[in-house]
Amino acid sequence: MEKLSIKEKKLEAINLNVFYGQKQVLKDVNIAIKANTVTAFIGPSGCGKSTFLRTFNRMNDYVEGFRKEGDIIVDGKDIYQKMIRVEELRKKIGMVFQKPNPFPKSIFENVAYGLKIQGIKNKKLIEETVEKSLKQSALWDEVKDDLKKSALSLSGGQQQRLCIARALALEPSILLMDEPASALDPISTSKIEDLIWELKQKYTIVIVTHNMQQAGRISDNTAFFYMGDLVEYDETKKIFTNPEKERTQNYITGRFG
Amino acid sequence: MSHLESELVQLKNEVFELLQLVHSQIEKSKESLLTSDKDLASHVVANDKRVNASELKIDRDCENILALYNPVAIDLRFVLACIKMNHSLERIGDNAEGLAVYVNISPGAFPQEIMEKFNLAPAFDRCLQMFSLIMDSYRQEDPALARKVFNLDELLNEYNRKATKTAIELIKTQPELAEEILYIMGALRKIERMGDLTKNMAEEIIFYIEAKVLRHNKKK
Repeated sequence: MEKLSIKEKKLEAINLNVFYGQKQVLKDVNIAIKANTVTAFIGPSGCGKSTFLRTFNRMNDYVEGFRKEGDIIVDGKDIYQKMIRVEELRKKIGMVFQKPNPFPKSIFENVAYGLKIQGIKNKKLIEETVEKSLKQSALWDEVKDDLKKSALSLSGGQQQRLCIARALALEPSILLMDEPASALDPISTSKIEDLIWELKQKYTIVIVTHNMQQAGRISDNTAFFYMGDLVEYDETKKIFTNPEKERTQNYITGRFG
Repeated sequence: MSHLESELVQLKNEVFELLQLVHSQIEKSKESLLTSDKDLASHVVANDKRVNASELKIDRDCENILALYNPVAIDLRFVLACIKMNHSLERIGDNAEGLAVYVNISPGAFPQEIMEKFNLAPAFDRCLQMFSLIMDSYRQEDPALARKVFNLDELLNEYNRKATKTAIELIKTQPELAEEILYIMGALRKIERMGDLTKNMAEEIIFYIEAKVLRHNKKK
């Protein structure tokens, strides 16, 4: 795997150890993620991949007993420094969850929500941003005439793309996705995957997935986690054709996990 | 054992059965050619239908495994190797059948001394030796056995290189045997081709086990 220069590194973990109380869930993880790439985190349940994903926007801060050692660097800055404002950080790093979680509001209000919370009142700017975000999330054509309809009336796949639009409205540069298509049917999954592939032109995307074929289809690089260890991190093509480590091979071929 | 694993085991057995069948086709084509046994030659020709049927079955099974199980890493390499070995085996089978057809269409027995001049029997033996190594390598998943095939193929190439010159000289001295001489030279070409295809299978076995691509690489 190519070595990245400091400028090329969008996200980085250095000697990261994470604990929940006495339990260590990540062990000395070192990884550097290049800008405008899609990186897949794979591994069996409980291997630490979601915990790791959530360290990048400090979602674990609220988890009882959470403690970390080592550094998480985003755009060259340690995001766990005291001076970092978490709300600002999360503007830069959007997150999409496994289950679509639109607010019980209109489609328009869902996308505009983050902007309004930030105090943006310019109506034209909000409208333009909503349209732009819905277009980026490939949902605009399907909802442009129904923006006032409840977001809850949308299908699961549309709701998930709405959640992506909501994240994009804040113009982040990084998108974290925790199994974003695992609750969707194949057509909706395919739309989300196509969308991820297009979004990487503008965003750095990290995705947790249990679907090996999905990781193969959409990611440039893949990191395999097992029991808190980052076992292997390489180009996705390499991981899925000729992984270096036997544990990786056993996992992706379904021999264990 | 997972469902995919059992499918792969079944595929492995099917390819091994085809290896055994094609090995037997080469042996019988050798015997029929060297002894001008037309009955045996007819048996080889008829048996080629079994080779073709096996090829189609293996192709279909590989397609199903790829479509239904999305194999990756060593499993994917194994299926890809099987597809290519399957193709090589069918072509080796065609060459064995072609040799048997020579026996059937030749008016009489091929003269022993002419076959000796073309090294037909040692060429057959070398081809079978290479093929047996492939069978062992495949069954034992041992790439070292497959690698031995590359050097062994050199003798067949050497026989083949000399064949044209040998044919010209023999036709000059024994023009009445021109037809037999050309058939025997054709037979040697087919044996050399079977050697090349066997070598291709060695490359596929090494690709499957070691993930190394040796095709078009002179340093093997």
